[in-house]
Amino acid sequence: MTGHLRSGGQRLLMPLLALLSAVPAPGQSPKDASFLSTLGELREAAYSEKAAIAERLSQTGHPSVRAVLTALLEDRLYFRNSDQKVFIVKATDVDPLNVIDPLSLKSAGSAPADSLTQIGTNNSLRRMLRTTVAHFSLSSPDAAVRLDAVRDMLRSLDDTTVALLRERLPVETNSGVRKEISTGLALAALDGSDARARLEAIATLRQSVSQDVRNRLALLVAKSADGSFAESDENVRRAAAAAVDTIDRWRTFYAAFETLFFGLSLGSVLVLIAIGLAITFGVMGVINMAHGELMMLGAYTTYVVQAAMPGYIGISILAAIPAAFIVAGLTGVLMERTIIRFLYGRPLETLLATFGVSLILQQTVRSIFTALNRSVVTPDWMSGSLRLNDALAITYDRLYIVIFTLIVFALIQLVLKRTRIGLDIRAVSQNRAMAKAMGIRTEWVDAMTFGLGSGIAGVAGVALSQLTNVGPNLGQSYIIDSFMVVVFGGVGNLWGALIGGMSMGIVNKLLEPYAGAVLAKIFVLIALILFIQTRPRGLFPQAGRAGEDK
Amino acid sequence: MKSKTMFRTVGLLAAAAACCKTLPAQDTIKVGVLHSLSGTMAISETTLKDTILMMIDAQNRKGGLLGKKLEAVVVDPASNWPLFAEKAAQLLEKDKVAVVFGCWTSVSRKSVLPVFEKDDGLLFYPVQYEGEESSKNVIYTGAAPNQQAIPAVDYLMKEVGVKRWVLEGTDYVYPRTTNKILEAYLQQKGVKAEDISINYTPFGFSDWQTRVAAIKKFGSAGKKTAVVSTINGDANVPFYKELGNQKVSAEDIPVVAFSVGEEELSGLDAKPLVGHLAAWNYFESISTPANKAFIEQWHAYIKNPKRTTNDPMEAHYIGFNLWVKAVQKAKTTDVEKVLAALPGTETPNLTGGTAKVLPNHHITKPVYIGEVKADGQFNVVWKSTGEVPGDAWSDYLPGSKDIEADWVTLKCGNYNTVTKKCSGQNYK
Repeated sequence: MTGHLRSGGQRLLMPLLALLSAVPAPGQSPKDASFLSTLGELREAAYSEKAAIAERLSQTGHPSVRAVLTALLEDRLYFRNSDQKVFIVKATDVDPLNVIDPLSLKSAGSAPADSLTQIGTNNSLRRMLRTTVAHFSLSSPDAAVRLDAVRDMLRSLDDTTVALLRERLPVETNSGVRKEISTGLALAALDGSDARARLEAIATLRQSVSQDVRNRLALLVAKSADGSFAESDENVRRAAAAAVDTIDRWRTFYAAFETLFFGLSLGSVLVLIAIGLAITFGVMGVINMAHGELMMLGAYTTYVVQAAMPGYIGISILAAIPAAFIVAGLTGVLMERTIIRFLYGRPLETLLATFGVSLILQQTVRSIFTALNRSVVTPDWMSGSLRLNDALAITYDRLYIVIFTLIVFALIQLVLKRTRIGLDIRAVSQNRAMAKAMGIRTEWVDAMTFGLGSGIAGVAGVALSQLTNVGPNLGQSYIIDSFMVVVFGGVGNLWGALIGGMSMGIVNKLLEPYAGAVLAKIFVLIALILFIQTRPRGLFPQAGRAGEDK
Repeated sequence: MKSKTMFRTVGLLAAAAACCKTLPAQDTIKVGVLHSLSGTMAISETTLKDTILMMIDAQNRKGGLLGKKLEAVVVDPASNWPLFAEKAAQLLEKDKVAVVFGCWTSVSRKSVLPVFEKDDGLLFYPVQYEGEESSKNVIYTGAAPNQQAIPAVDYLMKEVGVKRWVLEGTDYVYPRTTNKILEAYLQQKGVKAEDISINYTPFGFSDWQTRVAAIKKFGSAGKKTAVVSTINGDANVPFYKELGNQKVSAEDIPVVAFSVGEEELSGLDAKPLVGHLAAWNYFESISTPANKAFIEQWHAYIKNPKRTTNDPMEAHYIGFNLWVKAVQKAKTTDVEKVLAALPGTETPNLTGGTAKVLPNHHITKPVYIGEVKADGQFNVVWKSTGEVPGDAWSDYLPGSKDIEADWVTLKCGNYNTVTKKCSGQNYK
């Protein structure tokens, strides 16, 4: 597609240039004038014509070309309605817009947003622009920018691109960029006529794990309809086939690694929502049907914190963690003091009462925030993915949530094992009467334990706000999962919740590609039922009195 | 017996309570509004209720209809499909409304259909749907598959050069039927079975990691790939987020959605979605005097200049105006006479064209394909030449190819042109 447009642009270029240079505006060099008038054509052109115009712009060699094309790519190129003059806009999300003169690249003041019209782009135009802009970025001092530029150029290799890459290779200092450039040159060399050069290219490409490289090599060994091979030389074919094999093996390995990570990330969400429940249900024996709604409160707290500090999206999410813990924890303490403490030892009534509380919480949230979902912005440091190589990239949001889960888990263990309140909690859960006799205020400990479990639910809500929709029904979709994890892991055992949640996540993700999302979940549920049949106390049954009571 | 008396008492009490607030019943024409105001669909349907209330308000300011004021009767079926049927019966039997504007999901429409046919009511249904239906008592002002799905696929095939297709949908009747039609259509166009991947996920699905990775893999076979998304509701937000995080850019694998509009995008950061596509019959960004006036009217009515407008709102705008015109033509609100007057009735749409009711109770609509912009609005990249007439029965499914709907000459919603038989009403 790009090549097509390019030749069209060249054909048009000469007569147009001649025409335009005939009428230079006063005070401008002919080069400026032709640049401006070509730029002006962008206003009215159809998308297919814009690509050719952009190509002509880049061929003028004008110093502003890069800024103008980058602006066009980023939808920051506008024209003024009154006099049709084209401007670059600094940022599009403010009003009035700060405009920049496209010739001098100096600020030209500001203009109200409705006095300017954006020059639109579409996918194929942006694709073409990205490659063109990449040509300029190749000499950027920032290695990351160069790396992106080379990758963009690899997507559409043509003679110009190959020439630029060849020029860059000897002066390139960064090894990562060098490697990408060599891959690009090797890909181009596959089209060459010299069989030895092609063999060498395959040797280079063999080290890649990129799918594009693999597809290109696979084309060499593919038979066309008349039985002949695209690649005439047999040695080259054999080398290509071997290279495809190697790449495939690596890709399979990385795909397995990716599935494992998906499983861990799903598992860590399960663990996060189950830890709080493992405390309230496991340690206290309270079936809290409002656990999901406590998570929802945590998610809404994130929204409120974010709305309260609009300029600091990046850290608002961190600030939301303690806030959500406090909001959900206090709600939990309130629930315990006003309802649950009257119902200890009556699980059925507790279940019904907490179910009622869950409905009240949902309706409260609906009354305050309306039934519409709230959008919690994902901070920049949590968006995108960590690219390990061409075959494996790990998304940041999931990665951070895995780490976050492990931190929360370690902290809870620390609180339970190393602090006074933890000691009290364990004492009361093991033998309430004895603990009371030893002078522990069991009622206070009950409230604290429930508050702790609820607070953790709130913290889980902060994590969920990054993964799913923040709405009044958020909690309902997770409550069943969290009970499943706790029952599977062994009631009252935090390690059980960790191992149980992680293994359920991994099994789910292993099954999903074959069975689909719905069936995978059903299989996991059936497997869980069968497991509970043989081991009713879960993976890690609780030892001691509390365990025997149940 | 006893309960009947009780009902009557309650009804009388309710009437007594209502009498002093509103005008006496004979002076008004009642308009039923059947949209969920709570539950999962409230997100989308509340806006439509407000749209109809706005239209009624504007009509009353113009002096009402046939010399009478219009009165809205709003009920809340609470995203509960059986409750839709109950509330529809209440509107038709108890409130005796002249017309009902309502429903969003296909399952709610299927639920009220028998009620409307039994009580001979009139329903204007404003949402794009899967087709394969034409009822005497329903006017479908949303798009049939040939007014949305087929043109979108054509665009991708011809203009973008897509060779491989992922049909990704939520697991219920609309995506399943639409994908069945699309699969048949693609295969007729020579797309091989191995180049089509179909997958369904439940309502509200949020863990898209594996699916997006699978789409990436499917799309890296060296052929241009696109995703046709019939994912409905809020599952779209985590889906697009995951697409952004896994760096699936619209330049490589474009996603064309049939249920994502301005309203849905207003709830999320649109920057990673730039370039992904949506096919509709209306976009807020289309600049026509009628659309500008409509947006201004909406902002003034809802008292929020940031609220977006969307395609189903335009469908209600068209539907309401069509009904008003048909009533004026028939000089009565009697359903039988209005239904007779509706086919052929025309009204301007918001994008500079004309919506005309066809004998099959669908309307003519232009088709637009837009790319998402960073501000959550759409940039129109393709437009059909003129309006496309809605086709009730798809030409691409073997079962429905020979079926025709015509309520003017044939008086039948599913006439089989081969056996020359009308098989009666069809509401499964």
